[in-house]
Amino acid sequence: MKKVKVYVTLRESVLDPQGSAVMGSLHKMGYDEVQDVRIGKYLELVIGDSERDVDALVDELCNRMLANTVIEDYRYEIEEVVSQ
Amino acid sequence: MKFAVIVFPGSNCDLDMYHAIKDELGEEAEYVWHDTQDLSGYDGILLPGGFSYGDYLRAGAIARFSGVMDEVRKAAEAGKPVLGICNGFQILTEAGLLPGMLMRNKDLKFTCRTVSLKVENAHTLFTNEYKEGEEIRIPVAHGEGNYYCDDATYQHLKDNNQIVFTYAEDFNGSRNNIAGIINDRGNVLGMMPHPERAVSDLIGGTDGLPLFRSIVKQWRESHVSHA
Repeated sequence: MKKVKVYVTLRESVLDPQGSAVMGSLHKMGYDEVQDVRIGKYLELVIGDSERDVDALVDELCNRMLANTVIEDYRYEIEEVVSQ
Repeated sequence: MKFAVIVFPGSNCDLDMYHAIKDELGEEAEYVWHDTQDLSGYDGILLPGGFSYGDYLRAGAIARFSGVMDEVRKAAEAGKPVLGICNGFQILTEAGLLPGMLMRNKDLKFTCRTVSLKVENAHTLFTNEYKEGEEIRIPVAHGEGNYYCDDATYQHLKDNNQIVFTYAEDFNGSRNNIAGIINDRGNVLGMMPHPERAVSDLIGGTDGLPLFRSIVKQWRESHVSHA
C-alpha cells in the first residue's frame, strides 16, 4: 500500500487572484518581505497494491482528473505504507 | 425539434432552460438525468448552469466523467447542436469538447447582473438570428467565468471565427473579453452568460430568444432540405 501526496498549483504564467489577495493582506499586516503567494491544492491518495506502476498510475489520474493541465501543474510524493 | 436538458447533481438552471424551450419557443424538451446512456432520440443537447457536484476539485471536473458525457460527445461528433451555458460551458472545456478553461473571476467575486455582449459571429447555427456586431443584454451569474487559453489557442479561435460573444466591458478577466466560443466544426457552443434567463419581458428582456430561435431555424432548414 502506498500513500501519494499530490500538489496541484496554478502554472507560473497564470495569474493567481487568490494568492494576490492574500499577499496584499499580508503586506497590510506589515509582512513586507513576502514577495509572492500562490495558492494550490493538496490531495492525499492511498493506493492499494497492484500490478500497475504507481508513477504511471498517478500521472494518469492527475492528467485525466486531478489537475487541469491547461492552467495547472502538479507534482507528487510517494510513501510506502507499512501495514501493521 | 426535441431538446435534452441534461441534469447533473447540482444543476440549477435546468428549469429555466426547459421553460425557455418549452414555453417560450414552443419546442419539445425533456429533462435527462446525468447517467443516461442514450441521447440518440434528441436533436439538440443543452447543458445547463449550476454547480454540478458542488464544483468540487474544479467546476465541471467531476461532471465531465458522468455517464451521459460519452453520449454528449457522440452527439457533438454527429453534428448535433450542443449548447453549454455557465457550468455547462465549464463542463465542455473540462471534457475537451471546447478549448481553454474557466478560472476564478479576477476580482474573486461572484458576479450576478445583466451585462452587454457583442455578437462577434452571427454566422453560426446559434447566432443566425442576431446581427453581426449587435449588442445584446444577457444576465451573468458566475464566480468562475474568467476564460483562459494559451496564445496558440487564442490565435486559432480568432482565425477561425470561433469567438462568438464578447463582453462589452471586462469584469471577470476573460482573455480578450471572451464570453462564448464554438468548436472547430461550429456545432458546440459554450458561453458563461445565461440566454435562457432573457426570454421574456416579464423577467427583464428577450435578447436570449434569438439564440434558441437560431438553433431551431437551422435545424428546420437542414431537415426540410433532407426530406
